[in-house]
Amino acid sequence: MAAVIGQPLKRREDPRLITGSATYTDDVRLPGMLQAAFVRSPHAPARIRSVDASAARALPGVVGIFTHEDLADFWKAPLPCAWGAYPLLKNPAHWPLAKGVARHVGDPVAIVVADSRAAVHDAIQQVRVDYEPLPAVVDLDAAVAPGSPRVHEDLADNISFTFDHKTDGVDAAFARADHVVRRRLRQQRLVPNAIEPRAVVADYRRADGQLTVWAATQIPHLLKIFSSGLLGLPEQRVRVIAPEVGGGFGSKLQVYPEDIATMAAAIHLGRPVRWTMDRREEFTSTHHGREGVMDVEAAFTRGGEMTAMRVNWLSDMGAYNMLNGPFVPILGFLVLPGPYRNRELEAHIKGVFTNKTPTDAYRGAGRPEATYLLERLMDLAAAELGLDPVDVRRRNLIRHDEIPFTTATGMTYDAGDYHATLDLALKAIDYAGLRREQASRRQAGGKLLGVGFSTYVEACGLAPSRATSSSAYGAHLYESALVRVQQSGAVTVITGSSPHGQGHETTLSQIVADRMGIPVDSVEVLHGDTQNTPIGLGTYGSRSLVVGGQAVVQACTRVQDKMRLIAAHKLECRPEDVAFGDGRLFVQGAPTRGVAFAEIAATANLGSHAGMPEGMEPGLEATAYFSPENFSFPAGTHVCVAEVDPETGRVRIRRYLAVDDVGVVVNPLIAEGQVHGGVVQAIAQALFEDLPYDADGQPLGASLMEYAVPTSMDVPDIESAFFVTPSPSNAIGAKGIGETGTIAGTPAVVNAVIDALAHLGVRDIDMPLTPPRVWRAIREAGTGGSSRPFAESGEGGRSA
Amino acid sequence: MIPPAFEYVRAASVDEALAHLAKYGDDARLLAGGHSLLPLMRLRLAAPRVLVDIGRIRELAYVRAEGGELAIGALTTHHAVEQAAAVATAARALADAASVLGDPQVRNRGTIGGELAHADPAADYGAVVLALGGTVTAAGRGGRRTVAIDDWVRGPFTTALQPGEILLEYRAPAAAAREGSVYRKFARRASDYGMVGVAVRLGLGADGRCTSARIALSCVSDQPVRAQAAEAALAGRAPEGDAVREAAAVVLQGVRVADDPFCPADYRTHLAQVETARAIAEAAARARAA
Amino acid sequence: MKVRITVNGTLTEREIEPRTLLVHYLRDELGLTGTHVGCDTSNCGACTVLLDGDAVKSCTVLAAQADGGAVATVEGLAASGPLAALQEGFWEAHGLQCGFCTPGMLMAATQLLRRNPDPTDAEIRRGLEGNLCRCTGYANIVRAVRLAARKGA
Repeated sequence: MAAVIGQPLKRREDPRLITGSATYTDDVRLPGMLQAAFVRSPHAPARIRSVDASAARALPGVVGIFTHEDLADFWKAPLPCAWGAYPLLKNPAHWPLAKGVARHVGDPVAIVVADSRAAVHDAIQQVRVDYEPLPAVVDLDAAVAPGSPRVHEDLADNISFTFDHKTDGVDAAFARADHVVRRRLRQQRLVPNAIEPRAVVADYRRADGQLTVWAATQIPHLLKIFSSGLLGLPEQRVRVIAPEVGGGFGSKLQVYPEDIATMAAAIHLGRPVRWTMDRREEFTSTHHGREGVMDVEAAFTRGGEMTAMRVNWLSDMGAYNMLNGPFVPILGFLVLPGPYRNRELEAHIKGVFTNKTPTDAYRGAGRPEATYLLERLMDLAAAELGLDPVDVRRRNLIRHDEIPFTTATGMTYDAGDYHATLDLALKAIDYAGLRREQASRRQAGGKLLGVGFSTYVEACGLAPSRATSSSAYGAHLYESALVRVQQSGAVTVITGSSPHGQGHETTLSQIVADRMGIPVDSVEVLHGDTQNTPIGLGTYGSRSLVVGGQAVVQACTRVQDKMRLIAAHKLECRPEDVAFGDGRLFVQGAPTRGVAFAEIAATANLGSHAGMPEGMEPGLEATAYFSPENFSFPAGTHVCVAEVDPETGRVRIRRYLAVDDVGVVVNPLIAEGQVHGGVVQAIAQALFEDLPYDADGQPLGASLMEYAVPTSMDVPDIESAFFVTPSPSNAIGAKGIGETGTIAGTPAVVNAVIDALAHLGVRDIDMPLTPPRVWRAIREAGTGGSSRPFAESGEGGRSA
Repeated sequence: MIPPAFEYVRAASVDEALAHLAKYGDDARLLAGGHSLLPLMRLRLAAPRVLVDIGRIRELAYVRAEGGELAIGALTTHHAVEQAAAVATAARALADAASVLGDPQVRNRGTIGGELAHADPAADYGAVVLALGGTVTAAGRGGRRTVAIDDWVRGPFTTALQPGEILLEYRAPAAAAREGSVYRKFARRASDYGMVGVAVRLGLGADGRCTSARIALSCVSDQPVRAQAAEAALAGRAPEGDAVREAAAVVLQGVRVADDPFCPADYRTHLAQVETARAIAEAAARARAA
Repeated sequence: MKVRITVNGTLTEREIEPRTLLVHYLRDELGLTGTHVGCDTSNCGACTVLLDGDAVKSCTVLAAQADGGAVATVEGLAASGPLAALQEGFWEAHGLQCGFCTPGMLMAATQLLRRNPDPTDAEIRRGLEGNLCRCTGYANIVRAVRLAARKGA
């Protein structure tokens, strides 16, 4: 039988998706179902003086309009923050509907329920809310300055949390430094924009108090647990189903105000209620990603070796701590050392409340920020020291023979060859040839050429319990699986993880088929319904294969152990001599002595008891849970070749190559797809997307007409290659792939653009690198001015 | 969101449409492709009480070359404009604009009449028709009248079209020998409104000097602008070297340039100059080949 | 008002409010939920269907405007048995991940190949510029359409 692992099998989920027969949450139709919509604050902070719903209530089809107070009996607890136990975190109450004060544009103030979409949209226009606008906190520096207005009036300041870390030798290393690179680097605000709008359908059966919820979520089990807690329902009376989910990128890893408010309305009214977001609501009510400022300084030797790094990081939480919002920069902290040898690190992270939409995980979650910082530093050091950016990286990259390597943040990199991925990438792109072309183009005038690198390592497979518990995170992030062999030999795998486009049904089938020696088509994978899946923590953090896949392996192994006993009984051999392959169980070394997989399945499930060893229970199924001992560490090298039109500032990516070591690749088709999508989201951050706010806390360009999600015309083809060092963290050897693109890609693109302009003296451009910004950087570099007054570097010494 | 409720009437002919407009007055809005109006209604930024659907008036969907002119019916879709051979030969800049306006689905539905009547300052046709010249014909209860293209746009989202009137046709002088036109759009992302759009129509003499030049821009101000100073800079000169540089330098002279966080005015001004120079060169190349 | 629209070859007839968008006619009146709604500004293209042979964004077309017309949706692409060449192409080339944009992509690609049966990669990208995908990065969608063209969609 041909190997199944590593085969580019077509996805098993696709037939329903390409024929329009899949069911997403908004496709759920229930008898008597009502439609909900939200009245949202048009102001950043505003006191809610009164809500007059009388006109709206009088409209045809309107069933109910509820504020926080109207549903007060339902709110048993505020919305969750998983990092609530961290002693240095302040966690002001965040209610599903604003209580007294709305804190950002889009903060839900009331839920309106009517018998149709049209009626509910008519009604929300007619709810009159009397707001008293309050001063807005928008800018991060201003938010932490003394005397700033406060986002939460009951807190002393706008600091959500602080996190500090310092190794012993930092100050000495800076004192000895030949050169110090200093910069302020910015992460703009990104809007996830999964193409499926968020949606929830809540159906409450009064007769027995059963609440059934369909939700576009990455975390059905967590949503069930929190819903029952927040609404005071017995856990066994809440069932959450994640049907087909149309993308998430972290944005559906959340317990949203609208989810809980819709459930409360359904319970209150005793009728099914559906809420489906309008796209415009994505821009103010779905959690955003990234925004932060990082003041960094790094000590280097003349030869380009980094000897210490200091980071002051203000990370924008927006108006509330969301489920994982404060933990996002902490994830970034974990990989601040990157793939580099430097072990001296000082990091001070502050979570900052502002009157903007809350932030939380967005593809990469913290690690793109850390990687951007490091990879910009490598290029800046090269430019300031007169070295090649590749040579600087080589000088700092941990060598294969130094692994396992424990970093300044306590991560132990357990497998990887960072130099090898760089070598592969350089060979593929003809680096010397590109440098020659760059030089000749600079001579010739016209479009300029730049090459940008990003050598990265990320921590995936969230997460080892020792890491979550030592950091006061509120859960250990295990995953689960049930494997059941049915009487025909068909295998059902039930995973606790919950995909939204990742192809679990295909990949997990391949793993089971490989281990059991059966056709992939005889394996089915079920997921997403809390009523019949073992508890799992969901799909995010590149964890489904690394953690969820390992749970499948373990459950599979248990079932196989039992099958071996039965086979050994039938074949009269030792169980440890029984092997699986070609749909049979056979004696190792004597393949003709075997029995069909289906026969063992039949025997165990239905067959004559005579075929079973004495005293053995019938049935063939096992459930397993896996909590990893270590993160997995995907790593690699991304290279971007960009052309810049110096007259207009337009950037065109000519070539993008990703060489990723994500460990063993189970399905290359799916793996490449993850790289392509991730890289394009990285390009989007580097060149296109941004949601700025004005001084009053109004978002600017908050629609798909202005917020520049790239189209097919705006991005290049992506070349993807894999280099494999198996991860020891799981039996599959996988490291995780969902986030490599966004983590590695953004600095590769930015570095390429700045490299193209380096001879003009351009060193920094804030993201996104839009034509106006690129043009301005060129112009100001040419006139000796600087668009970045704070962007200074200098020889030696240390800053304050 | 779902649009606010309205009454829907359909006109099978121009006369029927005029009768509906007369009946409903200010409450009525015309619906052609709907690609400007329906999104505004879905965002509840527009709430007309009556929509008069003129989308089926087939007599208004045509492209005809006649008597040295190119005539395009108001209900001709962008896709039809993009595809029409007569447009490609007689008014190439229009085909350029039609091919970069919105996306394929929008081009299937959106119409030239809707675009001209909506008079969005960022609309691509706005610059093209100003550069090509010509006229717009409208029908009202009192009969038909023709408006010179330079008098068409009266301000942001405002045209010479009177209440109760329907736009029937845009008519451009067809390109003669050694005449060429081009539209260049610079957008941040495909399908977006432009940061700058430049349309140029050039006629060259046998000696290679400009015998005529019309230049207009969209997306740069609160309405499309004709760049007469730039046109003057080209007059009687070969469209190359200093002449192009001088024309480009004054292309936004006297214009209050739009300023927004994603495209500051100084950049937009610079971009207009760069794009103007490039557009002149392309138009000249086309003129030489014509 | 009453509308009659032929959808995937079958005549449908419903009494509707004039403000009913074509996409909601398909989804809510006919129960054809394969056509999706992804935005409210006609940017994303998830709602793309063919109306009288042309790709349109059905969230920006009134059902009343389609009255008397013929609509083709993703459900009708392979109504008679095996998959259409484009569907096979998307499956084979991994041209989809979450699948939400896919029905609209397929319909836009259907128009693209009807107008240009042998497109270059650049022409494919141009033909799909009205359809946003957040998962695939488009590379495999381009491959999928190329495959379908080769098969003769």
